[in-house]
Parts: sequence; C-alpha cells; structure tokens
Amino acid sequence: MADAVVHHADHGHHTSTGLSNNKLGMWLFLGSECLLFGGLISTYMIYRGRVGEGPRPGNVFDIPFTSVSSFVLLMSSLTMVLAVAAAQKRDDRGTTLWLTVTGLLGATFVGGQVYEFTAMYNEGLGFTTSLFGSAFYTLTGFHGVHVTVGIIMLLSLVAIIKRSKVPGDKAEVVELVGLYWHFVDVVWIIIFTLVYLIPT
Amino acid sequence: MAIIERPAPAGAPALPAPATPTRTYGALRRPVATTGWKSWVFTVDHKKLGIMYGVVAMFFFIVGGIEAVLIRLQLAAPDGKVLSADVYNQMFTMHATTMVFLFVMPMAAAFANYFVPLQIGARDVAFPRINAFGFWTLVGGGIIVNLSWFLGGAADGGWFMYAPNSGPVFSPSNGVDFWALGLQITGIASLTGAVNLIVTVLNMRAPGMSLMRMPVFTWLQLVVQFLLLFAIPVITVALFLLSFQRSFGATFFDVSAGADPLLWQHLFWIFGHPEVYILVLPSFGIISEVLPVFSKKPLFGYPFVVFSGAAIGFVGWGVWAHHMFASGLGPVSVAVFSIATMAIAVPTGVKIVNWTMTLWGGKLNFTAAMHFAIGLVVLFTIGGLSGVTHAVAPSDTQQTDTYYIVAHFHYVLFGGAIFGLFAGFYYWWPKMFGKQLNERLGKANFWLMVIGMNLTFGPMHMIGLQGQPRRMYVWTEARAGEGFFNLAFWNRVASIGSLILTFGVLLFLINVWKTARSKQVAPLDPWDARTLEWMTTSPPKEHNFDAVPTVHHLDEFFHRKYAQDPVTHEIKQVATAEDIVRDQEANADKHIHMPSPSYWPIILAGGLPVIALGIIYAIPVAIVGAAIVVLAIFGWSLEPSTAPDTDFDPPASGDGTKELAPLG
Repeated sequence: MADAVVHHADHGHHTSTGLSNNKLGMWLFLGSECLLFGGLISTYMIYRGRVGEGPRPGNVFDIPFTSVSSFVLLMSSLTMVLAVAAAQKRDDRGTTLWLTVTGLLGATFVGGQVYEFTAMYNEGLGFTTSLFGSAFYTLTGFHGVHVTVGIIMLLSLVAIIKRSKVPGDKAEVVELVGLYWHFVDVVWIIIFTLVYLIPT
Repeated sequence: MAIIERPAPAGAPALPAPATPTRTYGALRRPVATTGWKSWVFTVDHKKLGIMYGVVAMFFFIVGGIEAVLIRLQLAAPDGKVLSADVYNQMFTMHATTMVFLFVMPMAAAFANYFVPLQIGARDVAFPRINAFGFWTLVGGGIIVNLSWFLGGAADGGWFMYAPNSGPVFSPSNGVDFWALGLQITGIASLTGAVNLIVTVLNMRAPGMSLMRMPVFTWLQLVVQFLLLFAIPVITVALFLLSFQRSFGATFFDVSAGADPLLWQHLFWIFGHPEVYILVLPSFGIISEVLPVFSKKPLFGYPFVVFSGAAIGFVGWGVWAHHMFASGLGPVSVAVFSIATMAIAVPTGVKIVNWTMTLWGGKLNFTAAMHFAIGLVVLFTIGGLSGVTHAVAPSDTQQTDTYYIVAHFHYVLFGGAIFGLFAGFYYWWPKMFGKQLNERLGKANFWLMVIGMNLTFGPMHMIGLQGQPRRMYVWTEARAGEGFFNLAFWNRVASIGSLILTFGVLLFLINVWKTARSKQVAPLDPWDARTLEWMTTSPPKEHNFDAVPTVHHLDEFFHRKYAQDPVTHEIKQVATAEDIVRDQEANADKHIHMPSPSYWPIILAGGLPVIALGIIYAIPVAIVGAAIVVLAIFGWSLEPSTAPDTDFDPPASGDGTKELAPLG
C-alpha cells in the first residue's frame, strides 16, 4: 500500500473527521489486513497438528533463536517511534538515521527468517511435506513479505527525504509508514505466541 | 483537463487545454489531453470512472446473459444437446462468476463512484488515482477470468468452487487457475475502492452534511464498503490457498492428504455471505432515493432505514454457515446459524415496511424508475420469504442443491439487486448524460423483464421442490413426473421466460442507443428530486459544484426548493433548480484545484494480469509483471496527486478573478 502512503489529496484542507485522508485510509487498510492474517492464522491453527510423515512443530522450531529475532523486530518499533518523533521535529538527519536503523533491524529479522526456513527445510520440512508445513510457510511467509515491503518503504523514504522529494507533509508520510510497521510488529507478536510458544 | 478551473458560465465552451507540464515526475510527464480517448484512459475524475465502470459492467452483463440463455436452451428439452456436460459446467460457473463479480459489483461501484461524491457535496473522491487504479484492475481481473475460455476451458467447479471439484483431478484445465487469480485481482479493485469510498464519505462531506443528513444511497454504500473492506481479505486468503494448492503442490483442501474440506467452505462463505449484502444493499439504496422522489414524500423512517442497513451489515457476518447446513456441522452450530438467519430477516423486513409506508398516501408518479423500484420491493419480498424457508434447517436440508435454491437467489439477486440497478439507470440517466431515457420504452423494458423473470425463476421453486438438482446438465423425460408438477412443462416455461427476459434487456439497450442519438436535452431537475446530486448542471461540471453547498437539512435540495407558508402551513415552491444553480454560479468558489490525470494507475493495474499469466505459464513472466508493479508504485509515489501551479508553463497566477481564464 505504498501508494496510499505518499499520496496527498487534501493539502491539509479541512476534513469532516479532522483526521487526514491518508491516515484514515491507512487505518482502514490495516483493519482489512487483520482479516487477512486472521484467515491465515486460523488455517495454521487447524492444520498445525497434521504433520503426516513429516517433522512435528516441536522438532523443527528453535525457540531461543526465534525469540532473539522477535526481539530485534520489536526493537525496530522503538526506532520507528524515534523516527516519527524526529520527523515531527522537522529533524531530517534524525529521521533518516532512525528510518535506516529500523530498516536494518527489519532486514535482520527477515534474514533470521530466511536462516530459519533453510534450517527447517534441511531438517525435512518442505512446503509440501505436510499440511503443517504448507500452513506454516504460508503464514510466516506472508508475514515475511509484509516486513520486506515495509523495509522497501523505509529505505525508499530515506532516499526520497535525502533528495527532498517527499510529496506532501513529510512528518505524516513517516507516520503512515510507521503505522504499517507497528502493525506488522503486532501481528508478529500474535504469530510468535500462537505458532511457537503454544505447544501442540 | 485543466489543472485549475475557473467556473465557466453555463453553456460556455470547454476550457482550452493547459500548456505542457514543464517538470516530470519519475519517468513520465503528466497526461494533459482533455478530449479523445486519452482524456478517458488517464482520467482520475470520479464521474468518468463511474461511466467507465458502468460500460464494462454492462458488457459483462451481456456476456453473463448469453451464458444464462445457453444454460436455459440446454435445459429446455429432455436430454439437451446444446452443450456438452463439460461445457455446461463451465457455463454455469462462469455465468455466476460473471454476474456476481463482473456485473453487479462493478455496476454498484459505477453508481457509488458517480453519485457518492455528488451526494455528499464533494468535488471528487479522497484518492482519485487509486480510484482509477481500481477501475483498471477490475478490467484486468475480468479479462483474466474470461481468458480461460480461449486457453483450454473456463473454470468449472461452480461459483463457490468447493473442494474436491476445485482440485486438479476434477478440474484439470487451467480454468480454475485463471478464475482464482482473476478474482484475486478484482478483489484488489474492491479493496482499494472500499478504502477510498469510506474515507470519502467520512472525510469529504460538505459543511453541515452530518452523517444523519446523508442520502440513504450514500449510507448504504458506506455499509457496503465496510463489508467489502473486511470480506475481501478472507476470500483473498482462500484464493491464495487454492492457488498454492494448484500451482505449488500444497494440499490445503485435499482430503486424501488429511485436509479438512470444510476449511474452504468456511473461508468462502465468511466472505460469501457478506457478499450477498454487498450485492443487494446498493440497490436498496437506489430505491430509497427513487421511492420518495416519485411519491412526493420524504422517506418514511429515515433513521430506521439507515440503522437497519447497518444492522444487516453487522448480522451479515454471523450467518455464513447457513450455506453449509448439509455439511454435517453439528446441531449446535446449525441451531445458532439458523436463528441468526431468521434474525437477519428482521432488519430487511423493516426496510420493506419503510418503503411501503413511503408509498402510502404519496402522490405516486409511475415513471420507469418507479416501476423498477416497486418491482424490487415485491420481488425481493418473495425471495426474502423463500430465504426464510432456508433458515429452517430441516427444510433447508431438503432444498439444498435443488432448483429451489436457484429460484431463491435469483429472486433476491435479479428481482432485488438488478431491478434496483435498472431503477438507478432510469432515475439518474438525465443526471449523467443530460438526456432522459425514453419512458415508454422503459416501461415496456420493465414489463418484459418482470414477466420474463417470473416465468424463468418462479417455476424453479416447483421443479426444485420436486427434486430436480441444480448443476445437472440434463434431465430425463422418464423421471419428469405428471400432472401440474410435470418437470418437462415447467422447464420449458423457464426457458421461454429467459428469452422474454433477454428481449427486456435488449429493449433497454435499444433505449440507450435511441437516447444517445436523440437531441432532446433533459431539464435540470426532471423528477423534482430531493438530494444534492441534482443541485448542479447535468452532466455535472468536472468540479461538480461551482460553490460547495452548506447543508442544513436531510433532503437539502428539496428544502431549498420548497418552504412551508408560516400562516397556511402549505408547502410552496420558492425556487426552481435553475434558480439554485444560477445562484451557485454567481457565487462560485474562486480557486478550484482538481486532481490531475495520471499514467500510473493504468500502468500499475496493467502489471497485475501479467503476474497472473506468469504464475500460470512461466514464472519469468510473473517477475516482469512484478517489476512493472514496483516501478509503477515508485513513479506514482513521486508524483503529487494534484499538479502544483509551477508544474505548468506559464505558471498559473494566484489572483482570484472570476473571468473565464484558460489556465495551465
């Protein structure tokens, strides 16, 4: 939804709710995303015990490793908040700095996910091994794609700010990317709890 | 398209084209054509997009209609030879898919696009480029869904595509792949449209237009857009799982691999039941505008109509499993969903009562639009009553998968949704095109459709209760039965009915063609209407209103035309539509910034079908499509929605003179 992010339709004109069009649009989009992840999580919860001949969840999860990468992702929410705060103070250097750090933390998380997927594949859990495998890779894969899109948005924003090409209100654009980023984080907390921490 | 417009006096020539943009954003200069095909293809104007939505939807209505007639020809006689079993399966699947996703939804979107901004006194939607993107995405999705006809056979698993019919064993052609990916793409169109229209309604209302002063059409569209916002992601998940199963070897719905076939059914109907309200609520909104206007009375119980619409929106999420009573859910689930389904009949019944009471004691004016609106009330009531018989689970178990179900949903969808859309055509045509559709042809159109529809779908109640299953490509004389309930007789009646229906639709197309050729201009306010969209020229100017109106009442336009005499308490006309529009022109807003046309929406939307084709045939093609999408998003992001004055040469001056100035 990068399109909605950097879109400015109202030039800060008066709106009926007082909330800008972009921000309201982003909130609605995230509301819709809740149902997307709701469907994927439900599918996983139904199928997590159906392992067939393949490995069981408990055998392939490396909970300490995933806890660390989850922590990294959570910390990226903190740096995102710092980026928004800097943007609201019109501090371009601080904004780009914290946006970059957020992107790097996100990239660390995605890197960890790639490592994790590789390790699980080597332990015998492929995408088509079992219903558990398909549901697991689909759910976490969708989340990984969301994080990746977020990283691209963050880094593009850094580039655009540096070249002073942000159309519209810069602080608001940063805040919109922030909303998306926090949402992706929150979803991960739910996924981590349901997928990794609750034993089958 | 002029970037900054000065209001032109009525009848003045169109503004000359602006000069060439001097700055480029991304790779492309902005499109500037104000006439010709470019002014349509790159437009972001909600009215042009509304008309384009309508044209595309009408095209698919004809396609879906031809499919329906072929189905009825096949079933007109025992052991029909018109279609093979295989083609018959494709025909009913594509008929339903086309009518639901490519006709009723886009046609409702056409009206929403055109009239929601006008009814709330806005100049455009909140995100004009996303609006254009949604339209082109719909076109791409529609093409992908139908392309399968020419590439090895269309989808053939029925429109709700249950497992195992959707799997490669029973559906070996690429039809289901095209179907799943095409609907995924139209889903993107619906989702972006939903975000756009909700923000528009919540944020862009004219001063004084509180929520409870909004026209009912806008209200019910708001409910529909919320339903879309939350229903589309669920079908998105289901379609992704199906595509992963068919393209990448997953086994989400494969019972032999230990999967649960009910998962698809639940995901599909959690989307699918809100979907039926998505189809019918826009039409409810349309007739809630039409009935008061032609009864010369305000809508009876406006808050009840609004809140019962919202109630349908909420309860609509808790009834999906009534589509699954025969699947063995267990007595508790069946009881809960049975009761919830009976409960949802209440807010619907409230609406029927409100419409009837609106007619009661009114000065009824039986125009073509009024005919269709009353037709909806009657036919939808019949469909609603047979719907309640499905809510009773034991009775539903008998009716499942018979023609009785087909009869029910055609009464609510044809008699409900489509009659409402036709009421909308006749009511709003003069507003959209400045010409009135022929009333006599319109009434003939109505009577042919109402007779045809009852002859087609009425007998299906009987042949369904007699036990003829739906989706069977033949029926046999030997088991047709005798006497009044003879299947052969009623199947023939249904087929004849479908031909009458076809003539009805044909008459509408003839009417459109005749009206387009006629030179007779419609009056500004031909129906003595009540709402804001009539408070401007027909068709409206690009910026909709010369001066954004301040709203003081529900039915604002009516209250500007009429006032109560303080002594005699008589309602008297105090102004005509012409006076009001002239007054607006005289007090026109000085600077009107309209969103600028853009190349990016169509480029971005064009990337999506390429991805779909790539997933089906060759992954490298999908990567090319994805690259188009990514580049288009960047181009889009760097281009401001409204071009700044400095974008044009010579720069537009900032003074506020009101003379007609070609600006750019």
